[in-house]
Amino acid sequence: MSEKNGMTIIASKGTLDWAFPPFIVGSTAAAMGKEVTIFFTFYGLGLLLKDLSSLRVSPQGNPAMPMKMPFGPKWLQKIDFAPKIPNIMWNIPGMELFATSMMKKTMKKNNIATIEELRDVCLEMGVKLIACEMTIGMFGYSRKDFIDGIEYAGAATYLDIAQGSNHDLFI
Amino acid sequence: MTQHTLDATGLNCPMPILKAKQALAKMEAQDTLEVTCTDKGSTKDFIAFCRQTGNTLLSHEAKDNQFIFNIEKSA
Repeated sequence: MSEKNGMTIIASKGTLDWAFPPFIVGSTAAAMGKEVTIFFTFYGLGLLLKDLSSLRVSPQGNPAMPMKMPFGPKWLQKIDFAPKIPNIMWNIPGMELFATSMMKKTMKKNNIATIEELRDVCLEMGVKLIACEMTIGMFGYSRKDFIDGIEYAGAATYLDIAQGSNHDLFI
Repeated sequence: MTQHTLDATGLNCPMPILKAKQALAKMEAQDTLEVTCTDKGSTKDFIAFCRQTGNTLLSHEAKDNQFIFNIEKSA
């Protein structure tokens, strides 16, 4: 077995769907005894904000996203509307909010943990969450916008930590 | 040696593993934890979890759509 026991993840995406992989894999790796560091950069930085209500998911340009009703009769819930609806329809104002609300209902119905829950577990399990200092400046955030318990650093810090890691993911 | 139980029914990946880890953290070595799940992927996940963490998976069984794991905490 390798002496290295770390996992490093770059979280670069900030939509509701892409918010899950870093927190799920990160928290599970920590539970399995890994020293985990997640570096949040560009759009991924938004996942460290106190207020996550702006997390959205869009079917726009994402034809792989199933569109199934999270409620209603069973036969209706089985229908995948995604191949039936032209992708251009998702350009219509309000459609992104609609898709986000349907996705959240689907997740709730299936008892999927929320991003807030998974993020809290990560902190509880000692996962190091690092906010990219450069992105904070670029997007005009300030430190008070972010949750407590995180660190602030740049690429060199990430690379230094990644040196001791045997799993290094870019998400 | 104390026996602990954890009801993780209804929870989906990765929550049963995370809850088990949190429960194990509060236990003494040689204590056992019985976890009940409904997550269909949990059998493979708990085998992998125990292999990686060094805890002993004493038994696992599936009945009535439930998956029950017996884990002994390592020293």
